[in-house]
This record gives sequence, structure tokens and C-alpha cells, in this order.
Amino acid sequence: MSTTIGAPGGNHEAPDLLGMVESARDGYGDALADDAMEAYYAEANKITSEVVDAQGRHQGLSFDRRLDRILTSRIWGFPAMILLLWGVLWLTVAGANVPSAMLATLTMEHGYNLLHAAANFLGAPGWLSGFLIDGVYLGAAWVFSVMLPPMAIFFPLFTMLEDFGYLPRVAFNLDRLFHKAGAHGKQALSMMMGLGCNAAGIVSTRIIDSPRERLIAILTNNFSICNGRWPTLILIGTIFLGALAPAGLGSLVAATSVVATCLLGVAFTFLVSAVLSRTVLRGETSTFSLELPPYRPPRIMQTLYTSLIDRTLLVLWRALIMAAPAGGIIWLISNITVADQSIAAHLIAFLSPAGWLLGLNGVILLAYVVAIPANEIIIPTILMLTLTIAIKDPSLAGMAQAGVMTEFADGNLVRRILTAGGWTTLTGINLMLFCLLHNPCSTTILTIWKETRSAKWTALATLLPLLLGIAVCATIAALVRLTS
Amino acid sequence: MQPLIQTENPTPVGATTLDRLALHQAGRILALGLEGAERRRLLDLGFVPGARIEVELENPLGNPRAFRVLGGVVALRTEQAARITIALENPAS
Repeated sequence: MSTTIGAPGGNHEAPDLLGMVESARDGYGDALADDAMEAYYAEANKITSEVVDAQGRHQGLSFDRRLDRILTSRIWGFPAMILLLWGVLWLTVAGANVPSAMLATLTMEHGYNLLHAAANFLGAPGWLSGFLIDGVYLGAAWVFSVMLPPMAIFFPLFTMLEDFGYLPRVAFNLDRLFHKAGAHGKQALSMMMGLGCNAAGIVSTRIIDSPRERLIAILTNNFSICNGRWPTLILIGTIFLGALAPAGLGSLVAATSVVATCLLGVAFTFLVSAVLSRTVLRGETSTFSLELPPYRPPRIMQTLYTSLIDRTLLVLWRALIMAAPAGGIIWLISNITVADQSIAAHLIAFLSPAGWLLGLNGVILLAYVVAIPANEIIIPTILMLTLTIAIKDPSLAGMAQAGVMTEFADGNLVRRILTAGGWTTLTGINLMLFCLLHNPCSTTILTIWKETRSAKWTALATLLPLLLGIAVCATIAALVRLTS
Repeated sequence: MQPLIQTENPTPVGATTLDRLALHQAGRILALGLEGAERRRLLDLGFVPGARIEVELENPLGNPRAFRVLGGVVALRTEQAARITIALENPAS
């Protein structure tokens, strides 16, 4: 038989094609498809050998193959992976400090003062300018200046690694672990993307074909600590755990505590994936065929453009939409008084028993409720609530205004304020754990809904990490109190 | 007309399966013991009977391994590699 398909200049007249197909299918079964494929490739080979000149053939191994042997080797595979990831995170954290401070000065000092001056000039009533400027504007400005620089660094760096071709190698290296958890190796990529932003991580699970394994990746993405949560971990790790270490070792202990929390998140990813794939998401593990494309130099300008437009601005825009009303709500609950106390004070009193049980306190829980739209405002909200409601220390009086989010550059001062608010080392440790294990932010929840179109999975993705956080924090608090 | 290799009986004498090849060992694909979407996906990736295939990479934990076939590199888990029948390449050639 002739298996020539689509040959240039071939005969295209086809009498009774369907009849031929039927009779051929009877005789061949799967082999027909194989023969056709073989013919495609033979034809492609013929054409390329005619029209493509292969020049500069290397003797020995090409650069690609040598690089692959290092990046997936038994000795260097995992260290290279950790080093690259650590490098990206370090560049993000270190590089974002200065632009974040500049944006904060611009929006929260100059812009803020200008708006208040304008409001005074127009004769706006205090409650209106308070709500709009101290609440809505400040909430949005805070998220903007804390969030934009790290994302504008993280996403392009990540996209460049992607463009270079390294990320499939990560999936290749980690597949064994994900396979054991009943998940797909490509989940490694959505997990890493989640370190930048969980909403972006959820979207990136689209590369996983099997719906079952994609759901596992979506439900566990929140265990990757996103950009919005790093600042909380770094601050608390520094002022509570770093301070426990002897002088000189403080920053080392602080950094280790942050990395340990991150690795704990990775451990939870594997653990919860394994539990899900044996319970609600039981099923056949799908097949795994992963292309490892050749490396290529990243296209820097294109990478910058696409990662800034597609990822950074999209995520920032969603966060701003969420943060602005959150700022307004924080101002309102701090300034509306019911029965001699602000609503915030009532809520803190109401949440305090639960907070005690979790080794946290009412202020932290209230901050986590109002900061569902954006984790970036956790610390400023906690500081404001602690200063205005939780403590009556005259030496700290007047450092914050009700409803106006506050932050201080001086770690010792923050520690003094929080200690005056009743914080102990247990509070610090449990806040770090709760930062890892709590419900996703509203942007992420919305993204999960958009990707799954299922109320059930969205609810599970929201409640699962929260319940885990409650269980872990309550257990640790109980253990510490029983042993001390 | 009979196909050269019957996929229902895919192990002629002297053949082995892809998972048994050592790192950097090469062979020719005889048959794919897979069906449906999985089979089509592998055919699309270049796992065609007759093609030369070489074990290119092994991940740090030993599984999956990546195979060079038709100019591309594709990683497969051991269970899938075990379904692909291979004729060992003559070491002299």
C-alpha cells in the first residue's frame, strides 16, 4: 500500500475515500494510525533534508545537553533548583524595598496630605474625608505601594526562567514526589507561581490536562506563600524569633524561620495533595508526558511586556478593587461608636476568646477578617488596632489615629507596641503559622471560582487551609500552655 | 495486509521495553502498548514505530526519565516507558 500523504505534487484525486478508510481500518486497527504517523514523519524528514541546511553541528555534546545533565543531576538537580528559587525571592524582597518606600512616600505622605488639604479647602466634613481619604484611599495606596514593586520584579524574573526553558526541568525533577502524592509534576510550576501570587498560581494550573490533578493543584496552591504574606513573615520572624537568638545570630534565625515556614507550606502541599487524591479526588493518575524543549535565550523586552501586562497589572488591578473597600471598612468600624465603644472594639472583644484558643488574639483575628481582600494590610491594620484599641499605654498614645493604618520602620518600636498589646513568642509563632494556613484572599477565591465554576470546590479551597490553620494553631497553643 | 508488528503481542524475540534501557542507551521503537488519547499524544511527540530513541536524562530521584526521540526530548514515567517495546540498537552501528 502507499502511505504517501500530502506529498508535493501528489495525486489528490480520491475515489471512495471513506470506503478505503473502512477497509483499511478493519485490517489495521491502531497500526493504521502508526503507519500514517510514520509516513508524516518520513515526509517531514524528506522535506527538511531537502530545504534545511544543518550547519555548525557540534562534535560531542551540545550546550543544551550538558546543561540538562547538570540541572537534572542527582547531585546538582535539587541544589540548583533551590538556589534559583532563593535567588528570585531574594532579588524580589531586596529589590522591592527601595521602590516600595518611594511609592509609600509618594502616595501615603504627599498624596495623602494633598488630598486632606484639598478636602479642607472644599470644606468636606470630617467623616467624609476620613472615610474616603483615611479609609478607601489609604487602603488602596498601601496595597499599591507594597504590592507593585515585588510583583514587577517577581513576575518578569519568573517569566524569564519560563522563557529560558528551565521550568519544565523543575517539573521533571519534582515529578516523583508529586506522583507519590497522586498529583501531576506540572503542579511544581503552579506551586512556584503561587509564591508570587496565588491568583496567578491558580490560573497557571491550566497547563495540567487532567481535571482531577488540576483540582488538586488549585486546592493546594494557597500553601505557597504569596508576595502579600512575605512581609508579615519577615517582620514577625525578625522581631519575635530573631530577638530570641543571641546577638549577631538574630537575622540568621529570622531568615531561617521565614524559610522554614515556606518549606512547611511545601510539605503541606504534598501532604494535602496526597490526602485529596485518596479521598475526594480519588481516581486514575493520568499519564505524564512532558516535553523538555531546548533552552533559548529569554526575550527580555517581550518578557517584560507580557509579564507586566498579563500578570502584574492584572493582579494589581484586582487587588486594588478589593483593597479600597477594605480600607473604607477599617475606617468605618474604627470610627462608628455603638454603646460607648467603636464597632472594632466590640468585634475584638467578641473574637478574643477564639483568638486566645488559637494562641493569637482578637486584634489579629479581626485584622484577618477585614484583610480578606488583601493580605498586604495585615500588619498596618494590626498596629493601628493595637495602638488605638488594645493598649492604653500613655507613652505610646497618639501614635495612631483610629481607622488610619499605621506602620513603623523601627522593629524595636513595633516589638514594644505588640508586647504592650499582650503578645508573646507564642503569638509570634502562631501568627506566622496562621499567615501560612488561612483562607485565600478574595482575589484568589474569585479566581478559583472563575477557573472551576464550582461552588463546592471554591468553598473547599477556601475553608480547607483555614480549618488546617485553626487546628495547627490551637494544638500548638494548647501544647505550649500545658508544658509551661 | 498484515502490519509488521501486532500491538496485541508486542514483544518479539530480542526486544525489550523502554524502561529497561540504561541511561544513554539507544534503540528503535517497535510498538506502543498504549491506546486512545495516550497513544495519540505519544505519536504526536514523535514516539513512532521505527524511530530511534535514546535515554537522555534521569531525574535526581530516578523516575521519570527523559528520552530523545526525533530531535526532541520527552519525559515519561516508568509505567509508561514499560509499555513501549524497543529493539536494542546494534552496538557496532
